[in-house]
Amino acid sequence: MSHETALALRARLNAGETTSEEVVRPLLERARSLERLNIFIHLDPERILDQARAIDAQRKAGAPLGPLAGVPVAIKDVLCVEGEPTTCGSRMLRTFRSPYDATVIARLKAAGAVRFGKTNMDEYAMGSSTENSAYGPTLNPWDESRVPGGSSGGSAAAVAAGVAPLALGSDTGGSIRQPAAFCGVVGLKPTYGRVSRYGLIAYASSLDQVGPFAHDLADTALLLGVIAGRDPHDSTSVDERVPDYLGTLDLPPESLRIGVVREFFGDGLDAEVAGAVQEAIKVYEQAGATIREVSLPHSKYGIPAYYIVAPAECSSNLARYDGTTYGHRAEDFSPRHPGEEDLAPMVRMMMASRAEGFGAEVKRRIMLGTFALSAGYADQYYNKALQVRRKIRGDFDAAFREVDVLLGPISPTPAFKLGERTADPLAMYLSDIYTITANLAGIPGISIPCGLTREKLPIGLQLLAAPFAEEKLLRTARVFERATDWHLRRPGLV
Amino acid sequence: MSLTLAEVAKVALLARLRLSPDELETFTGQLNSIVDYVAQLQELDMTGVEPLAHGIEVRNVFRDDVRGAPLPRDKALANAPKRNSESFLVPAVLE
Repeated sequence: MSHETALALRARLNAGETTSEEVVRPLLERARSLERLNIFIHLDPERILDQARAIDAQRKAGAPLGPLAGVPVAIKDVLCVEGEPTTCGSRMLRTFRSPYDATVIARLKAAGAVRFGKTNMDEYAMGSSTENSAYGPTLNPWDESRVPGGSSGGSAAAVAAGVAPLALGSDTGGSIRQPAAFCGVVGLKPTYGRVSRYGLIAYASSLDQVGPFAHDLADTALLLGVIAGRDPHDSTSVDERVPDYLGTLDLPPESLRIGVVREFFGDGLDAEVAGAVQEAIKVYEQAGATIREVSLPHSKYGIPAYYIVAPAECSSNLARYDGTTYGHRAEDFSPRHPGEEDLAPMVRMMMASRAEGFGAEVKRRIMLGTFALSAGYADQYYNKALQVRRKIRGDFDAAFREVDVLLGPISPTPAFKLGERTADPLAMYLSDIYTITANLAGIPGISIPCGLTREKLPIGLQLLAAPFAEEKLLRTARVFERATDWHLRRPGLV
Repeated sequence: MSLTLAEVAKVALLARLRLSPDELETFTGQLNSIVDYVAQLQELDMTGVEPLAHGIEVRNVFRDDVRGAPLPRDKALANAPKRNSESFLVPAVLE
């Protein structure tokens, strides 16, 4: 049954009403029939059926089962799965098979989940539309002429299209929340350090986080609970207790003070998106919330700060892809352009391998980062951006002393058309305007479906909370979900 | 600020990216637009503000210096573009 939630599925499995194999077969068939959406970079039906059969056998033998036993979870191709292809949406890793499991993958395995394919993404998680994938764009299940968002477009589309009830993505500047909004599903970016980054192919180490996609908040809480927690392999993961997100979800929040961010309602915000968010505020008012306007005065510097910090970190993280130990190596690296004859063969080999393996956006960001960190420029660009980052974090700290959560739109527009923003890199960057500051500050954020435009395109509502306040975030989001039915809407896919 | 073609070529070399003359020109234009945009941070007076490198700051995350299981050699070499029985092979570095 497509579009069934993970919890409903789990209940049927636990009651013996169905088996994981019976669940997985129609989902594989659905994935095949929706191949045109290009959701998956790799989907291995035999391997998936093997997992399902194995968990069914364990269940039959009365073995203890984890909280996701038999439930399919699609995985953004940015996460390493041992022995299987992980491409990161790039030609650079086209034939790469990871020698180890990411920690979140190990946790999925321990929980009994069925790992259901590797989903499409913007190359190296750099992008806001999944159009930067070396394997073609993913189409939005709500309107196939439009993007699903990015960089976790494939994962968002997998859930929206009813191909898997759960998916994992990663969010560095909005890459879970924005595709969740564009695809009408729930997407959550945890606090930085809440979830291990071990085995998450690094883009920007101080910004990246892995997080869940689901149809509703209960499923989101379920998956978050499985992946969250300190990991000795990731020294940036924080030793903070993991609450029972699912168990406490329906408890009304003790305090419901909502801060509406003034700066998120400025120029460029689509009228229908603004309208849906205003309606959401009314829902919270009716539920007894105190609504207050708050200001985040440095938020307009979020995009420029991010597009210095993230490229700087990426230029360092992507230096490892040099054709020596894994990834693409150029076959011909003989001197081609003027000046190359003076370079050592090893240097030419690296330059050619990287030129062939990386797409344009990745090259742009590597060069931007290299420039921002270079001698003579590091102070005025990189260090300045980090100072601004502290101010951005300060704005949030001040706001959370007055309110419990912040509220605003996820994106200035609903899903845009394929090809609409690819000509101008800056135009694409500006779609991240409301999501990006949460990554710089390290705070958690969620996108929940809150409306549809006249053209039946999903609109997402953003809630933000203080560090490690995911429980409050989920319970506050649940107030809206209980009072509405946007999370039950589905695209009219054939 | 205007980055010249020569400056972008230097950045490309530092970043180990081979660019054709056409690409160099296109990227120079694009990088200049982006650098002009992010340069708005220059208008801010950040005197006395500590840089924030991580949103959530953790300190002194240590473990005991105890040896664990290494990645087996075969696994480490499995994705090598060029290898022999025990090493990765790369173009000669020394004459």
